[in-house]
Amino acid sequence: MTTTNVLFEVGLEEMPARFMNHTEVQLREKTEAWLNELRLNFEEIATYITPRRFAVVIKNLQTKQADQEEEVKGPAEKIAKDENGNWSKAAIGFSKGQGKDVDDIYFKEVNGTNYIFVKKFIEGKKVDELLPQFKEIILSLHFPKNMRWANQNLRFIRPIKWLVALNHENIIPFEITGVETDRVTYGHRFLGGEIVINDPLQYEELLEKEYVIADAEKREKLITDGISKLEKVKGWNIPIDEGLLNEVKHLVEYPTVFFGAYDKAFLQIPKEVLITSMKEHQRYFPVQDSQGELYPFFVAVRNGTSDHIETVSRGNEKVLRARLQDAQFFYEEDQKLSIERNLDQLSRMVFQEKLGTIADKSERVTNIASIITAQLQLNDEEKNKVTRAAQISKFDLVTNMVNEFTELQGVMGRKYAEIFGEDEEVAKAIEEQYMPKNANAELPETIVGSVVSIADKLDTIVGCFTVGIIPSGSQDPYALRRQALGVIQIVGRRKWNLNISELLYHVQKLFETHISDHSQKEEIHKQLETFFKQRAAYIMKEEKIESDVIDAVLVNDLDNISFITAKAKLLSEKRSDTSFKDKQEAFVRVLNLAKKAEDHFQVNPELFVKEEEKNLYQVYESIKPDYKASLQTSNAGESLEILSRLVQPIHQFFDNTMVMDDDIQIRENRLALLLAVSQQIIKFADLAEINWKQVQS
Amino acid sequence: MNIQEMILTLQKHWSDQNCILMQAYDVEKGAGTMSPMTLLRSLGPEPWNVAYVEPSRRPADGRYGQNPNRLYQHHQFQVIMKPSPDNIQELYLESLEKLGINPNEHDIRFVEDNWENPTLGAAGLGWEVWLDGMEITQFTYFQQIGGLEAKPVAVEITYGIERLASYIQDKENVFELEWTNGVTVGDIFYQPEFEHSTYTFEESNTDMLFTLFTTYEEEAKRTMEKGLVFPAYDYVLKCSHTFNLLDAKGVISVTERTGYIGRVRNLAREIAKLYVEERERLGFPMLKGENMANDNN
Repeated sequence: MTTTNVLFEVGLEEMPARFMNHTEVQLREKTEAWLNELRLNFEEIATYITPRRFAVVIKNLQTKQADQEEEVKGPAEKIAKDENGNWSKAAIGFSKGQGKDVDDIYFKEVNGTNYIFVKKFIEGKKVDELLPQFKEIILSLHFPKNMRWANQNLRFIRPIKWLVALNHENIIPFEITGVETDRVTYGHRFLGGEIVINDPLQYEELLEKEYVIADAEKREKLITDGISKLEKVKGWNIPIDEGLLNEVKHLVEYPTVFFGAYDKAFLQIPKEVLITSMKEHQRYFPVQDSQGELYPFFVAVRNGTSDHIETVSRGNEKVLRARLQDAQFFYEEDQKLSIERNLDQLSRMVFQEKLGTIADKSERVTNIASIITAQLQLNDEEKNKVTRAAQISKFDLVTNMVNEFTELQGVMGRKYAEIFGEDEEVAKAIEEQYMPKNANAELPETIVGSVVSIADKLDTIVGCFTVGIIPSGSQDPYALRRQALGVIQIVGRRKWNLNISELLYHVQKLFETHISDHSQKEEIHKQLETFFKQRAAYIMKEEKIESDVIDAVLVNDLDNISFITAKAKLLSEKRSDTSFKDKQEAFVRVLNLAKKAEDHFQVNPELFVKEEEKNLYQVYESIKPDYKASLQTSNAGESLEILSRLVQPIHQFFDNTMVMDDDIQIRENRLALLLAVSQQIIKFADLAEINWKQVQS
Repeated sequence: MNIQEMILTLQKHWSDQNCILMQAYDVEKGAGTMSPMTLLRSLGPEPWNVAYVEPSRRPADGRYGQNPNRLYQHHQFQVIMKPSPDNIQELYLESLEKLGINPNEHDIRFVEDNWENPTLGAAGLGWEVWLDGMEITQFTYFQQIGGLEAKPVAVEITYGIERLASYIQDKENVFELEWTNGVTVGDIFYQPEFEHSTYTFEESNTDMLFTLFTTYEEEAKRTMEKGLVFPAYDYVLKCSHTFNLLDAKGVISVTERTGYIGRVRNLAREIAKLYVEERERLGFPMLKGENMANDNN
């Protein structure tokens, strides 16, 4: 079979680095899906991306689609034949319409009815005809932010400068925003020239000659190699931040690693400030000494060769110097102020338009924190620390440093609090209130920090829900999902017996002025509860717990997260445990029948007739105290074991008692008994929700 | 190259690209973008190419002339081209070469930076241009202005004159920059920097400024009702500067702050709409045959 090699390249004004990985992935997936849909075989797809282009090379692409035979369905047999068994007009018309003869017709049954069919031969198309469709692949790429330019209507990541589309040596014709495909591409913006491509397989090599490394992985390798070399030669330690590396490799077409220095006097500024300046603002890799302490050098990547690298290095040093001078000034100025003066300023800073100022927020957070410390029965010393930490938790938001480096909120708060002589744990809590910063990030280490962090998050979440800021789809401007997840993670890790549902009610009270009536409050409460349960479900899913088990344990209040998770894990095991089949069946039967009971049904022991119902009631009464205790101590195994004492009596009850007795009093009494038992089972989990998978014994 | 020569070079360069050379607009403003030569003229279908130096006042950045990098008033060189030319990046890079910056001896990058000014209902996409790690230019394709879609799209290039000069002249302190032979930025601007900072933070008459804000706002509304776009816009600029003075002094409480910004925004939006309506009523006079033929609609 003959094959060809194909190249598509889209030349652009500089793309945002943060969208490039995803663009390359899409390019590969969409090209592959397109070729598969066209039934075109190929040996390999290679994708390339730099700030100024993305490209795909298809190696050994089949030059023609395989021929195909297609079945075409016609009318039903009773329409296709007349009463004499001859072909009807409909049948003749159908076969003609398909370019066939009635002799080609055959029958096939579809859903119990016989239809006529013909087989149609479809000749495979040549790739020359098909390749211009790639235009649609380009236009179907999804970018998080699109733009328009000049007079164009198209929204795209950046303006399109040139298009290369080659089938072997031939140009594949199409056009986007007036730019026609050609065989000409361009090298590095300053170092490279125009390149004429006659063979798609030479794409990467030709570009490299013109100072463009098209393969993003190769650029990354050049950067990491350059860094390792510097480490060796200089004896430095240069930690590689993956996110930064990924960004830097997408900011250049031809990377050259270089270094610069800064005055060691700046090392007295907190290292977080220095690191933020270097990493976030300048995209430098900070240098450390062998002890892991900052060393006054930085490593950066230039887009070009090492020619005139001293000029580039000196320029970068100058920029960093100006930034660090600013930082030093801020650091000194901030220390001249006091926490109390800063707290005063917070009443001038909005938290959210409808939710008041940061000072208002701090007051609520202090309030919430004290509810939590009461529930947790912390001692007075801890309580006092929590209160102080909550009160001053936001004081750094009005410092010069946080104003300039917003990402250092909390970090600077802790530093300054220590300088101003606050308790160490209180100071640490100011930093920890923002933890975890994302799904897998660190959680607060201290009890004080954990409480303040939970209180701060609950305030934000409940406040936002109250004024109608509820996450939907990709809209979550206050990162409420992450914050709710954080609350659950902290509570879970600490194994705290905190009833989140109850806590939500307490927090809601702080926002009562925003609420019109009780029913609205209940409505919001339900939304909040569901929201938190979704996060809890997410965490359990991460631990490979199946969704039916998750639903089963989440019927109860979100009290003790670690207990809920333990129950879910236990049930996941029991789900396919044959020895649990007998027990599960007993429980599920109770749960199902109890649904026939009405909520007000009360057990009246006087009305029991059969031994088995008396016995079930007796066992039920006898296990209650132990069961309650085991739930309170969050012992999942023990709770389930105690509950299992009911299994024998339940089976005996069903074997010998007719629940739906003709006598209404007896019937309702039996239903009341089942209801009572079911309520105990549900305290563990709604076992009827689970798809039991035990093998038949 | 001193600042004066830089300005002359940039003016010549953009004049050669058929830009109208304008002078700075004579009402105080926080950025070159707020000049009606940018903000209003970027709207609507008429082509518009312009370049000008704009002194920009940021009262909150005043530092009594003591900070080597921050100024109450700095200078921007502003270029607007509508519709954005296909070779705009190349035109820009040529201008750097004319300023003596040889791209082969430096590291020049276009780093993503999207611009948004909620006060003006404006948003754009583009880059900040880095010269050896220093941001020297803001490069923006306007997508929306005054709450209206920008169509065709105008491109805005804003050079930070002092920033660029500090690189070209290799000076650390903005006041040491040479404006023209033997005259420094400090010679010209130290006193006004000190006095404006003193005025802004200590001496401004708060009651008067509050009164002025309301007066300007009312006048803007009244003028707008008469269909007088440009006079109305001047009063919006005055509102905005008065607000900046009040804000820098720290006399606007939080709840009020959002309110004031909202008031300026509403005015700016209404004027943007009115401007397009008025131009339409005048038959978009600058829309000549050739440009209409190029419109892909």
